[in-house]
Amino acid sequence: MFDILLPSLVDGLMIGFVYGLAAMGLSLIWGVMNVINLAHGPIIALGMFGLYLAFNILGLNPYLALVLVALAGLLLGVLIYYVAVQRVLTAPHLSTLLATFSVNMILIGIGTAIFSVSPYNVDFSLGSVDIGSVRILWTRVAAAVAALLVTGLLYAFLFRTRQGKNIRAVANNRVAAELMGIPSSRVLALSFGIGTMLAATAGGLIATFFPFTILAGGGYELRSFVIVVLGGLGNPIGALVGGLILGALEGVIPVFMQTSWVPVIEFALFVFIIIIRPSGLLGSRV
Amino acid sequence: MKRGLFSFVTLLALMALVLGACAPATETPAPEAPAPATEEMSEEPMATEEMEAPAMTETTLTLGYTASITGNLNVSSGRQDKGLQLFIQDVNAAGGFQVGNEMVTFEPIFYDDESTNERVQELYTRLATEDNADFLISPYSSGLTGAAAVIAEQYGKVMITTGAASDSTYKLGYTGVYQAYTPASRYLVGAVDLLQTLDPTMTKVAFVHENDQFSTDVVAAAAAYAESLGYEVVLNEGYDTGTTDFGPFINKIEAAAPQALMGGGHFQDGSTFAKQLFEKGVDIAYVTLLVAPPEPDFAELGDAAYGIIGPSQWEPLAEFTPESAAAAGLDWFGPSSADFVDEYVAAYDEQPSYHSAGGYVAGLILQKAIMDAGSYDPEAVKAALDAMDVLTFYGRIKFDTAADSHGLQLGHSMVYIQWQKDDAGNLLKQVVWPLEGASAETIFPIR
Repeated sequence: MFDILLPSLVDGLMIGFVYGLAAMGLSLIWGVMNVINLAHGPIIALGMFGLYLAFNILGLNPYLALVLVALAGLLLGVLIYYVAVQRVLTAPHLSTLLATFSVNMILIGIGTAIFSVSPYNVDFSLGSVDIGSVRILWTRVAAAVAALLVTGLLYAFLFRTRQGKNIRAVANNRVAAELMGIPSSRVLALSFGIGTMLAATAGGLIATFFPFTILAGGGYELRSFVIVVLGGLGNPIGALVGGLILGALEGVIPVFMQTSWVPVIEFALFVFIIIIRPSGLLGSRV
Repeated sequence: MKRGLFSFVTLLALMALVLGACAPATETPAPEAPAPATEEMSEEPMATEEMEAPAMTETTLTLGYTASITGNLNVSSGRQDKGLQLFIQDVNAAGGFQVGNEMVTFEPIFYDDESTNERVQELYTRLATEDNADFLISPYSSGLTGAAAVIAEQYGKVMITTGAASDSTYKLGYTGVYQAYTPASRYLVGAVDLLQTLDPTMTKVAFVHENDQFSTDVVAAAAAYAESLGYEVVLNEGYDTGTTDFGPFINKIEAAAPQALMGGGHFQDGSTFAKQLFEKGVDIAYVTLLVAPPEPDFAELGDAAYGIIGPSQWEPLAEFTPESAAAAGLDWFGPSSADFVDEYVAAYDEQPSYHSAGGYVAGLILQKAIMDAGSYDPEAVKAALDAMDVLTFYGRIKFDTAADSHGLQLGHSMVYIQWQKDDAGNLLKQVVWPLEGASAETIFPIR
């Protein structure tokens, strides 16, 4: 049993870092402006295609290309904020949901027109290393390290820079922050941009080891919801922890039962956490 | 507030996924096939009979079908479409074929089904009603064909199915649906026989397959056959269509320690599965996967393709000739394998796969039936199909006429290929089973 449990757990944790990074984007946007970004999935998918294009057309190393993907994700997020979110920010929650849902449909429509729904693949490998009975692919290790690095940079930004402190101030009390002279609209746009940047970066990392389509982000978006609830609404570090928990579950559950039971258990856990601890396991805000 | 909102959002996200999958409901016309090489055309033996009667009239029959130009079935379906397009061009370039006093040509009407059941149902209804296609050819894959067959039967259209091996479609009492492929129940039987021939001492087999109609049918039959021969099935599990992470399955395979692995599903998942098996260095002697290995694109996996075996409906190395037809007491119809391959390469600048041959032969079967019937009346064509027993470059074609399995393919059988390397280290396909048709010995064990 241990022979299968250990590699399954390691595989799960490795992908869990990337799940966590994707969920962090959703969590940050929720934490700062109470907006649930339903365009999260297609943004993850666009991150995958961004990396694919940079790798295949520009010939860039995938990890260098990731910087471009992140930058494009940031700009796309700012654009989405000003076009679709800003005007409905103070309206009831349903308005922001519908606004981001519309963006979701637009992005999928454009993506399908350009890329179709056919699968794509980034043909890239870094080889593997054997540790005991466990074979670990270097692309998975690189993705986990990149996810940790981005998390560290995000926290350094939020806690060590003026812009980051502005974001936290707006998240805590927007009115008070404005009274202190913080331009909340710009801060919110930046927050939305960072949220989409994280999602696009996660998509880029996933593309280094799995094939994908323009619809591939949907599964990761659903996982992000579970992770955000697990880790705590609006808590980015909680999202990373939630990602690791979900990854571990996805790795370990198939050891004991058919793999098709994984989503059943994931969403049962989602409902359970919502009922017993609505603020999530680590439940604090930005 | 937040709790309720998140529950609501999860529901919405699920809806978004579904709607997203349905959203791009555009009708993408399939690309036109390149012009075939006319010199080869003129030598095409299947094209027609002599035009002797001066009072011939010209008739054009419409051939309706969909192809998965986009979506996860695009590779195999694209090749099937090319094969069918080539057949139509062959017939038309030769001026058609004679039916009574008419020279009959074909006009294709086809759409992109985006690899989805919903689009297939919508488009085949359109083909049968608005476009009023005279005959139908199936889309690629058993799942899509199952959706199309219901509509063909409902509107009384004769449909030749290709790229659709699942047995279950032909056990629903349909009377106008005819299968070109060897059925799924016989798809992997030869792979079990090959394994037993290679090493009779092996006892443990694992099956990991796509959870779709075709793959499930194939594996159910193969697992039962393996058990009947005394094999222990140490793992038998399905994965969802669209799976990209095979890590959990590979860990289970390693834990179950089978000596042989069989399964897979279609091209995309099969290729990814083979790649991840290689990356993870799974220690296994024998791997047979469905659909993906016979595709020429499979070689793009490089070393991950080496040693992988795949069942194939047709291979260029297969030797079906007019002489072998005569020896078997069968009629011969259509071009030789060599002529088909040459024409296909000239037209598309790529090697044909069995999906390409399947597309071509679907048209060939219909042409033969119309010629035998001497009419394009659906009932007469059905009668001709029921009576058909013919050898083509693709193999023997004969249909089951029993009421409970009408249209099931009885005459055709599979060959098995393995990716090997030539002296220069380049990957190439070799036929390894049945032994009488083998072009090389099986590499065994592969790792």
